[in-house]
Amino acid sequence: MPNTDTEVLMAGFGGQGMLLSGKILAYAAMYQGLEVSWLPSYGPEMRGGTANVTVCISEKQVASPYIAQPRALLTMNQPSLEKFGPRVRPGGLIIINSSLVPIKSDRADCRVIYVAANDLAAKVGTGRAANLVMLGVYVGLSGVVDAKVTEKIIEKEFSDKVKFIPANVAAFRAGLEEGVNARATNR
Amino acid sequence: MAKVLMKGNEAIGEAAIRAGCVHFFGYPITPQSEVPEYLAKRLPEVGGKFVQAESEVAASNMIYGAAGVGVRVLTTSSSPGISLMSEALSYIAACELPVVVVNVMRSGPGLGGILPAQSDYLHATKGTAHGDFKMIVLAPASVQEAVNLVILAFELAEKYLNPVMVIGDGMIGQMMEPVEFPVEGVGKPLDPGNWALTGCKGRGKRIINSLYLDPEICYRHNLKLTAKYEEIRKAEQRFDTYNTDGPYDLLVTAFGMTSRIARTAIDELAQEGQRVALFRPITLNPFPYEALRAAASKAKRVLDLEMNMGQMLQDVRMALGPDAAIDFFGTAGGVVPSPDQCREKMLESISKTGSRPKAKGARRNP
Repeated sequence: MPNTDTEVLMAGFGGQGMLLSGKILAYAAMYQGLEVSWLPSYGPEMRGGTANVTVCISEKQVASPYIAQPRALLTMNQPSLEKFGPRVRPGGLIIINSSLVPIKSDRADCRVIYVAANDLAAKVGTGRAANLVMLGVYVGLSGVVDAKVTEKIIEKEFSDKVKFIPANVAAFRAGLEEGVNARATNR
Repeated sequence: MAKVLMKGNEAIGEAAIRAGCVHFFGYPITPQSEVPEYLAKRLPEVGGKFVQAESEVAASNMIYGAAGVGVRVLTTSSSPGISLMSEALSYIAACELPVVVVNVMRSGPGLGGILPAQSDYLHATKGTAHGDFKMIVLAPASVQEAVNLVILAFELAEKYLNPVMVIGDGMIGQMMEPVEFPVEGVGKPLDPGNWALTGCKGRGKRIINSLYLDPEICYRHNLKLTAKYEEIRKAEQRFDTYNTDGPYDLLVTAFGMTSRIARTAIDELAQEGQRVALFRPITLNPFPYEALRAAASKAKRVLDLEMNMGQMLQDVRMALGPDAAIDFFGTAGGVVPSPDQCREKMLESISKTGSRPKAKGARRNP
């Protein structure tokens, strides 16, 4: 069983769906009996290009939902990589959407994964589901939540827009495969 | 009941409905706007009434009127909006009407900013508006506790015929956590008692009024209110502690979300053999002075953490007296202290006590 006590910061432009990815992760963890918190940014930085959410997952009640140094960062744009990349806890995980982020992370003390999330999502359905590719990579790599449970939550989240379910589940699975492979290769 | 993942603001709205409150008057302001947004949709489903007033001043006078006719009623706002509502709260307290007000605090003074703060502590507990009156003030530290305390707020408001404020910061309004709700209608129907204006057919007239031009009558009214506040002080103090079972060198005092951030730092320090405990008042008024004094008697030093420039600090000092060693760390303006900052401040305080960390093998698990 992987260590489930973790904090993930998910960041991107408003509308890229990182808040939704965070909500799906939090729900999946909750359904597995874990304690969770989901703390979004709602301040002026949202207008500066980084809508973000911190999800904490723990076996006991989450103490601080506000985390300055998360263990993992999922980033959909360059401003949020520049802003939050330096804050990731040493030894942590950084997942970068290389379809949209043209730069590399300089964190040699973290595991950095580059995923062309928009290209992958477009290949299996629609590029708009890139946020679920990112979530899939994280779930595959970390094993913090069960992939099947997460798929069920995705279906639930899109239950009033049923036609979007297949593309979103496909995007999640595509990311999951990347994540599982990356996990197997270790480094 | 299954748990659901819900934003604090939405959970506050749902909690009011579960408590049997189906009347809401309010005005939008960040970071509490999801409460009226949620209730605008939900209240018509349960036969309730939602009114977006033209201003906070109007909204607070609407709850004054609704409470006067014996209706369970809620309003919510955020710091600058609460300032605007405060005049009516004085009238409501004077007329001894049960209302619940939620303040999802943002930074000040003035319009300040929209990010989390705890800088309305003194306003809520000591100086909400003119005249000698007190509200009961409840401070949740999680979305679940916000739900529980909103339900409790209605019970207390009706038990004491007094306004009750539930006070949290922007974080608690905006974040999602798992919550469990009691079944609908946990609150009994509101008892109109001998005060509500329900139409005087077949009975003598009732008057709801806060104007007493005869000084003796106004004095007696103040004595009556003071006796009630004394009763509340004796019966309603609530608090929570963390890590207080064993010995500890430092006692941290914090309310609301700041206490959660402090807990992360306390857990980390416990790994290093440092013994730090937490005292969290849940009722900011009545403040649990005696309980804090008892908890602090085991510590060498106290560190008060707040998202303001030192407001609860006044009550901590009052509880512990002029000779107590009390440190303070506060952030303001919407800046949230990080667990690391809290940890540093705790270590600074510990270093002033001269205590050394206990051997790692001897430490107790947090």
